[in-house]
Amino acid sequence: MPDEDQKRAAHQALVNSVLHGEGRASPELRARAYDNADLPEALQALIGKVADHPAQITDADFAAAKAAGFSEDQLFELVTCAAVGQSSRQYETGLAALAEATGNGEAADAT
Amino acid sequence: MRLEILNSGYSPGTKLLFGVIQTFSRQSLPDAAKLVFYRPGFYGTQAKKFTQEAMRGPSAWSVADRELMAAYVSKVNETAFCIGAHTATAGQAYQDHAKVQAVLTDLDSAPIGDSLRATLRMLGKLTRAGKVDAADMREVLSAGVSRQQVEDALAVCAAFNTTDRLADAFGFELLSPEGFESGAKYLLKRGYK
Repeated sequence: MPDEDQKRAAHQALVNSVLHGEGRASPELRARAYDNADLPEALQALIGKVADHPAQITDADFAAAKAAGFSEDQLFELVTCAAVGQSSRQYETGLAALAEATGNGEAADAT
Repeated sequence: MRLEILNSGYSPGTKLLFGVIQTFSRQSLPDAAKLVFYRPGFYGTQAKKFTQEAMRGPSAWSVADRELMAAYVSKVNETAFCIGAHTATAGQAYQDHAKVQAVLTDLDSAPIGDSLRATLRMLGKLTRAGKVDAADMREVLSAGVSRQQVEDALAVCAAFNTTDRLADAFGFELLSPEGFESGAKYLLKRGYK
């Protein structure tokens, strides 16, 4: 189905860009922000909220990360990775549930 | 916006472009539009392509339906900027602002078809809880939604769960009602390219 492939391909290109494209934060740290896991303490509040409670983010969350030495460009990248990461997990969860419901998923294959 | 680089860290060429757009539209460029110009090789270029594909690419859902999904997902996330932008865009696309308001106020009683209602309900659960299961999907499919339509709706959901997070994190400045209507006109004419 060409339509779905185009949408998914465009999504994958976005994921690749933020994780592996040229950036000021290391690819390792960007991957952690994307996963919202194993982050340095100064980033945990900000990145955790981007993933789970974006409406609760405050200036203080950015100030804490800056005080620990992260630059604005690094925070731009890490916040973006966290946003793309959370929405990608939702996208994958939805597609997997759909595959299972329509009998094309791994769960269906296993039975 | 919360990061100064997103307010003033653009290249001279981009700043010039912002000025031209401002002159012609008589509105300052919305933060959502600015963001994709900041170091576009990192996020903006691919984000625009994906959002354009999800919102304007081939789909059995109309542009209006997809704008309504964007508004609904933003409502679940409580992202004021994107609620304003996509409520206005969906309202213009349907030529029916009341219908869009009804969906955002009470999905169960809103005057829309069962297939769209079931799809929005599933997107709401996915956005709120971060997960859905096969039973949720069977409910959507049994409301007459095709597999491809579910996939298309999931792409819209992914695009706006990303944009909503960035709007809240970076603190996109709200527009006036006129500003949102003018932005909606642009999005319906030009899309997200």
